[in-house]
Amino acid sequence: MPISINPTLMREIIMDHYNSPTNKETPEDSENYFHIRMDSTSCIDDITIYLKLNNNIIEDIKFDGVGCTISTSSTDIMCDLVKGKTKEEAFKIIENYLNMIYEKPYDEEALDEAIVFQNTHKQAARIKCATIGWNGLTKLLNGEKDED
Amino acid sequence: MFDVYKIRKDFPMLNNKTQQGHPLVYLDNAATTFKPYKVIEACNNYYLNENANAHRGDYDLAYKVDFNIDKVRQTVANFINAKKEEIVFTSGTSMSINLIAFGYGMKYLTKDDEILLTEAEHASNVLPWFKVKEHTGCKINYIPLDKDGRLSIDGLKKVINEHTKIVAIAQISNVLAYLVDIKEISKICHEHGALLMVDGAQSVPHIKIDVKDLDCDFLSFSGHKLCGPTGIGVLYGKYNLLKLTDPFMTGGGNNARFDMCGNVAFLQPPEKFEAGTLNIEGIYGLGAAIEYLENIGMENIEKYEKELRNYAISKLKTLQNLIIYNEFAEGSIITINVKDVFAQDEASYLNSKGICVRSGEHCAKILHDFLKTVATVRISFSFYNTKEEIDILYEALKNGGDFLDAYFN
Repeated sequence: MPISINPTLMREIIMDHYNSPTNKETPEDSENYFHIRMDSTSCIDDITIYLKLNNNIIEDIKFDGVGCTISTSSTDIMCDLVKGKTKEEAFKIIENYLNMIYEKPYDEEALDEAIVFQNTHKQAARIKCATIGWNGLTKLLNGEKDED
Repeated sequence: MFDVYKIRKDFPMLNNKTQQGHPLVYLDNAATTFKPYKVIEACNNYYLNENANAHRGDYDLAYKVDFNIDKVRQTVANFINAKKEEIVFTSGTSMSINLIAFGYGMKYLTKDDEILLTEAEHASNVLPWFKVKEHTGCKINYIPLDKDGRLSIDGLKKVINEHTKIVAIAQISNVLAYLVDIKEISKICHEHGALLMVDGAQSVPHIKIDVKDLDCDFLSFSGHKLCGPTGIGVLYGKYNLLKLTDPFMTGGGNNARFDMCGNVAFLQPPEKFEAGTLNIEGIYGLGAAIEYLENIGMENIEKYEKELRNYAISKLKTLQNLIIYNEFAEGSIITINVKDVFAQDEASYLNSKGICVRSGEHCAKILHDFLKTVATVRISFSFYNTKEEIDILYEALKNGGDFLDAYFN
């Protein structure tokens, strides 16, 4: 991902992950996944994250539900980024992402397409959209999950 | 004469405020309203000059506080044409409805009884009744709405029966904003021996209310939606019904005497329902808010808001990219979507233009049945909004498809 990525390209990436997300589906063998429902108190977003671990490796990750452009595309990009990674690597990516969202120093290289959300702080009300999936993954990686 | 520009000078939030570098355009008045200086001063006056507790009449300050609370109770009563004893101070509409659900519904309903609601009700007029059902085993049924989502008299007649004990409906609903004929409905309810509880959260701030004329049994509304402070609201109830209702909370300030064997004599309504220290600054502010509205005149407010809504509808109708869900509603709410744009994305685009609106599911059921969408954008007016603000909204919505602008500019 070049550092000089322009706004037009960024918009295209967001819209692409919103209109045709590759990871947005409830897995058929959902019993093999841990899941957590992230239901925003302040907006419409209501998504469930599904995580399949193989020892320490994220073997698969999906999500499903209702969300706006920002929450859907940021969660879809997150899934692409952490799939196949170890838990530690995933935590590192999440940390970088949240640093970017909250305007702290971060490593662009680690975030790949996720850097399209670097302007989120300009629309502070959207921070919850840009982080809902990422917070859900953090919870799952820390062992929190829904039992139903 | 009604002069909106003069009125706007009374509100600190309407003077030189900006959002995202644009003049602030506040169109989320169904959520809460801005406060005039007079309301803020009334709240401050309590802390600056009178800060005593109520019901402590041994000294001058405390007497003054009791006197002022009593005065506001009379102001509220006059505002809706009730008696002073029929006005209970609560924290807002939710608490008022909960008070009736827990204090009356749970006490008197049985498994043979039925509560009637509509699918357009706000959660605060649904969930308390679910609790009554859970505890008493009573049934909950819904009055069918017509094809536009409007509550019809025919619909009510179809479902009301001798088991119906409580009918709980909003006078103006919070999404589609249709005005319900409460007078006719209360007549039908009473013919069937049912009580009528009216959720007035979205109606009391906008139209003249006369509870005697409407003949409803209970009416709930919030202070903050009519230019008053947050955390203060009102429950009106016919006095004989309030006497039959149990207090929702018990404690200091609502008992006359009690002994350690568990014998308690509660005070009479409305004090019976007001255990604990009251929101005194809120009551002062509520009184000032109602005086402020009455000074302008509820008829003038209603007339101006209608004019504003008609103006907005006539402009927004020309936009081909817009879906308007309630063109013909009476209330000061217009519910829309921009074609192919998720409601929340549209609201956040409008934010970037300085415009405050609310996106949301509002009430999933009615949206699915009548609007064929999961979410909408709600534009809600108050009497202090202007046609110029609607023009700003119109210009923004014209380009409303480019919602990611908000993200990159």
